[in-house]
Amino acid sequence: MNEFLAMGGYAAYVWPSYALAFILLVANIVAPMLQRKKTVTEIARKLRRARNEQK
Amino acid sequence: MNVFMRWFHKMGSPKYFYEVSGKMIPWFMWTFIITLVYGLYQGMIVSPPDYQQGESVRIMYIHVPAAWMSMFIYVVMAVSGLISLVWRIKMTEIFVISSATVGASFTFLALATGSLWGKPMWGTWWVWDARLTSELILLFLYLGIIALHSAIEDKRVAARAISILALVGVVNIPIIHYSVEWWNTLHQTSSVTMTGKKAMSTSMLIPLLVMSVSFKLYYGAVVLMRARAELLERDRNTRWVEEVVQEDTK
Amino acid sequence: MSTLSLTSAFTLLLKRDLTLAYRRRAELVNPLLFFVLVTAMFPLGIGNDPILIQKVGPGVVWVAALLAALLSLDAMFRSDYEDGSLEQFMLSAHPVSILVLAKVLAHWMVTGLPLFIAAPLLAMMLNIPNQAIPTLMLTLVLGTPVLSLIGSVGVALTVGLRRGGVILSLLVLPLFVPVLIFATDAVNTAAVGIPTTAQISILGAMLVGSIVLAPAATAASLRISLS
Repeated sequence: MNEFLAMGGYAAYVWPSYALAFILLVANIVAPMLQRKKTVTEIARKLRRARNEQK
Repeated sequence: MNVFMRWFHKMGSPKYFYEVSGKMIPWFMWTFIITLVYGLYQGMIVSPPDYQQGESVRIMYIHVPAAWMSMFIYVVMAVSGLISLVWRIKMTEIFVISSATVGASFTFLALATGSLWGKPMWGTWWVWDARLTSELILLFLYLGIIALHSAIEDKRVAARAISILALVGVVNIPIIHYSVEWWNTLHQTSSVTMTGKKAMSTSMLIPLLVMSVSFKLYYGAVVLMRARAELLERDRNTRWVEEVVQEDTK
Repeated sequence: MSTLSLTSAFTLLLKRDLTLAYRRRAELVNPLLFFVLVTAMFPLGIGNDPILIQKVGPGVVWVAALLAALLSLDAMFRSDYEDGSLEQFMLSAHPVSILVLAKVLAHWMVTGLPLFIAAPLLAMMLNIPNQAIPTLMLTLVLGTPVLSLIGSVGVALTVGLRRGGVILSLLVLPLFVPVLIFATDAVNTAAVGIPTTAQISILGAMLVGSIVLAPAATAASLRISLS
């Protein structure tokens, strides 16, 4: 296992590459989720306000 | 009208697109994860270290697919730009900006991993190698598109402006690439090319191809997620969005 | 209006833009001055070693030309946008791309051409060998119109924006790369006495290609920006 993690002495280059890839892949999934959530809450708030005004 | 055209036409309706893409995303996501795990297994464990570059060659399984994606996404973006300019289809307009952010991420990833790979191979973090330089210019093109989109207030106008920019870029990319290659052969400093023309062994080719398929599936999932988010934001005053929101917050 | 032929519309617009530029002739010197100043900064930055200066000379002149072109681009459609005449052009019976070509030509004549005239002076300042000076001027004649044409697309896309200038440079500088590469390479090659037919032909091809393609893209961009 240690040998695997050492990457033949290239650990300092291989693992950051994979870590960066992981971070970017996750970030691109999370960002649209947050964007969608924000929009949905905004519209929901607006709708609720509109409904309250009608009453 | 054949089946495909009818489907394409239907996809032009925001509501229908929103529903169908919602069902497609999990499929893309799961196939992405499965191929990713398989690709990582092949790349990290099965494939042998390179006889020249040792274990550092494993960076290639990220770097090369990311570089492929950066170009693939640009072409997809330009094609959707062309479709939205010619037929004024709203859905493809949204695809242009949704692709730009993902494409910029992959371009950055290709550059950063290229630099991390270059350090042990060339001894420096950055070499003005033809591929890296082209990739850098591609990143600038992506960033220009994103900057222009965020600078224009009216998102409908912004989408069409960046469609034109993407098309201008796609015409220029082959010229830029060719000129950078020309420039590089004149100023050749590095003798080691990272992905030389030598025939690659199958044990290395398999993880490379699996990873590139995996990244494409990922792009499919992410671009749809982004497109849906953009769509909700843009159509926020329409009936169908209100229905979706009510369904969501119930 | 329909009585006006396309050629006379083209020449009229060209004349109009040149007259307008002539009225503000004090401003015309600015890009040229900028070009000379940027070039003069380089030896101050890298030291006065004549061999080093000679080596970087063509690159410096061309990067300075790139920046000078960029600096002047912003004004291409600005005043016409502000006084509304740009919208009049869009409504004209003639193809907008031809009118755009006239405007780009006028713009190049007042901003690009002076660079070409100043080039021999700068070439001497930067120790560029005499035999390379005609090539330098030739690359400027072929290259700077390409910069104006490509730039016009970027200007058209950013014309309505308040802070368009910075974004404009972000949009067009990456597209200037091929011109920069082939032009500097031609000058460097000429400096060592090797024929430069290949580079000059490629620059010529780029000029023809951008004359054909850029005005259409600019016209489409203007239509979007003004919508």
